[in-house]
Amino acid sequence: MMGAACALYASRAGLDVVVVDRGPVAGGTTGAGEGNLLVSDKEPGPELELALLSARLWTDLAGELGGRIEYEPKGGLVVAAEPEGLAALEVFAAGQRAAGVTASGVAADQLDELEPYLAPGLAGGVFYPQDTQVMPTLAAAHLVRASGARLATGRTVTEVLRGADGAVRGVRTDRGEIHAPAVVNAAGTWGGELAALAGAHLPVLPRRGFVLVTEPLPRRVRHKVYAADYVADVASDSAALQTSPVVEGTAAGPVLIGASRERVGFDRSFSLPVLRALAAGATRLFPFLAEVRAMRSYLGFRPYLPDHLPAIGPDPRVPGLFHACGHEGAGIGLATGTGQLIAQVLSGADPALDLTPFRPERFAEEAA
Amino acid sequence: MTERPHIAVIGAGPAGLAATLAAARHGLRVTLIDAAPEAGGQFYRQPAAGLGARRPQALHHQWRSWQRLREGLDRHIATGHVHHLRDHHVWFVERRPEGFTVHALLGPEQERPVEVRAAAGVLLATGGYEKVLPFPGWTLPGVVTAGGAQAMLKGGLVLPGRTAVVAGTGPLLLPVAAGLAAAGARVAALVESADPRSFVRRFPALAARPAKLAEGAGYAARLVRHRVRTLVHHTVVEAHGDQRLEAVTVAALDAEGRVRPRTRRRIDCDTLAVGHGMLPHTDLALGIGCRVDGVAVHVDDEQRTDVPGVWAAGEATGIGGAVLALAEGHIAGRSAAARLSGAAPDPNGWAGAAGARAELRRFFATLDEAYAPPAHWAEQVTDDTVVCRCEEVTGGTIRRAVTELGAADVRTVKLLTRAGMGWCQGRVCGPAVAGLAGCPETAARRPFARPVPLGVLARAGRDDPEADPDGDPDPEAEADAVDVDVDVDHQ
Repeated sequence: MMGAACALYASRAGLDVVVVDRGPVAGGTTGAGEGNLLVSDKEPGPELELALLSARLWTDLAGELGGRIEYEPKGGLVVAAEPEGLAALEVFAAGQRAAGVTASGVAADQLDELEPYLAPGLAGGVFYPQDTQVMPTLAAAHLVRASGARLATGRTVTEVLRGADGAVRGVRTDRGEIHAPAVVNAAGTWGGELAALAGAHLPVLPRRGFVLVTEPLPRRVRHKVYAADYVADVASDSAALQTSPVVEGTAAGPVLIGASRERVGFDRSFSLPVLRALAAGATRLFPFLAEVRAMRSYLGFRPYLPDHLPAIGPDPRVPGLFHACGHEGAGIGLATGTGQLIAQVLSGADPALDLTPFRPERFAEEAA
Repeated sequence: MTERPHIAVIGAGPAGLAATLAAARHGLRVTLIDAAPEAGGQFYRQPAAGLGARRPQALHHQWRSWQRLREGLDRHIATGHVHHLRDHHVWFVERRPEGFTVHALLGPEQERPVEVRAAAGVLLATGGYEKVLPFPGWTLPGVVTAGGAQAMLKGGLVLPGRTAVVAGTGPLLLPVAAGLAAAGARVAALVESADPRSFVRRFPALAARPAKLAEGAGYAARLVRHRVRTLVHHTVVEAHGDQRLEAVTVAALDAEGRVRPRTRRRIDCDTLAVGHGMLPHTDLALGIGCRVDGVAVHVDDEQRTDVPGVWAAGEATGIGGAVLALAEGHIAGRSAAARLSGAAPDPNGWAGAAGARAELRRFFATLDEAYAPPAHWAEQVTDDTVVCRCEEVTGGTIRRAVTELGAADVRTVKLLTRAGMGWCQGRVCGPAVAGLAGCPETAARRPFARPVPLGVLARAGRDDPEADPDGDPDPEAEADAVDVDVDVDHQ
């Protein structure tokens, strides 16, 4: 997704772009995600600014591509079971509002109007109309197509080529060299490996997540609905398993259920305890789901950087190398803003946001 | 008496039955878990008792070996060494520190959870399923799978139609055509896409199993007796009909496997039984983390998978028919009995089965090369032919995902088009999508071997299965952890 968005905005800035991937389109974390474009789970700060910029750009793209990428501005509803949780949620939302997020409190007796099948007895919630969803694989494929960039799938980058002055001059792949004065690292969870090929340190780590998919249903879950503790899990540094229920209906009918987070490397084995916890959380929020069947489950590896912020922008250690990776679980949502920022710095324009918090060399500094 | 080690055998077809008998005879306690109401699997499918079939053996060959298996099973059930769980639909096998837990669903709606816990070993005899490739009109009522037609004959004793065409490729077509004819249908044609010359080329390898050839010759003789026209190196290019099937168009194939021009002819029929071979059921094996090579579970000489404590036998390890499944099941059961009892297995004890296995694997490998769908079958799939029936995805949509959107594998095609996301999870359309996308067939990872209610999943494997996830008792949704010991304590 990140590469597709960089390709789109770079092409529109007048650059000649080649997209290289060792797999097919959306073969990494993109194809294993839910396609969330969220502002609701982000605290005020650089990531929220990037999310708001991205949301505006997604809205523009929806005019061109909306139906084909299943763009759906359905809104997010965050609920709290207990009054204490609701109080904390309301404080969090007040801060977001000050930063430009639209958020409205929902009293316990109003939850029913937004989500008639929600479990009774919840303390209340906050509604975020800006939260949106796209089908991520379709989004990536259609953005690449709309960019007009040359697509070189099934090609693995084996080396970042550098000139005598140390500047990047392209990449070597298992099927020949591609020459370019700028290389954008949009390798997601594998972005650390690509950076290493260029001799740069970027500590991207995988954070595993599962998604459960139900049989197709008539629309009963109208928004993206999640419990307030999800925000704390997203921001956590723990390696241990965390699950918090995130439930949403999709345009195609199935209900998607997340979200689990655990740092177990690239372990692809299916974990019944994780899936059990997801199912339990979802049926707690929506009791009718107990009778609904899970059809399948998939897993993916979020690209995680130690401070939960992505790496965006030029790498001063390697002239010509740019990074656009490490967005953890928010990569689809943050892709448009990231793509535009990368296009701006590639073409010498001033970036729309201050890139200092995202500078890729920040971890090397800490290590030293 | 010390407790016998416990193994769960999943599937009660030829492989699972042979494994169960061998394991029970050599010291294991076996829980045999099967989705059908009666043991036998697809091969020895039993007519429902209520139908009162007087001579079910008329529909089966190898009736004697079935009777031996059946009697052996009854004997071990009587001694308490085998516990047979019928109508149990396994959705997941879980590895836990104390052993394997088999998760199943019970009841007509497959909603009641059952868990078989703390098995020291698991033996997967999950069988295979039929592969059907699409062609225009294949979704019309009246078009059935060859295996489905056979199952109707064996299980329900009903005739699927009055005028039938049997088409596709593979050794199943002959018995299906012969069975339909014997049951009173008019079989208008048997249409086999394999080229007879490829059998001639491979004759030395095939002649190594004269019994198998004689079996085929026997079916062929019956087809002649019933005046069934056999069209070899032909394929069905289209099925016609308004509300239901009325006719098919068949055509001859050229040496490259393309339809030869000006050879099309129309054959009236109300039933088309079509099949293009079999594929192994690998969902449970993949869920446990077993290695799968191509589309079949990888096993060693003892039928062990690469996951300790897990054996596999029969079609799940590669398609080879009932006799091979019996040999593999026997070896797997013997190996498991020794290893789970802490003894070194003695391959000399199963040398006969190992010899049959080697010979049959060679035979079926050769047969598999000879029986092949036409190399260019995908050319017959028009852009408006529905390929994924669950999600109604057409051939044109799949082709565009490859040519315009950068898909290069079945998974990406699925994500871009929804082909394979529906109720069957790509079991039907997977090979067709691979063919249209021009990529190799591989076994898809499906963590649940069948759909499972979220309420069941939320409690699966918990030590307090009766408890609600919230801690509130919920009498409506009790998980039924099977305590097998209760039933087999008489040892």
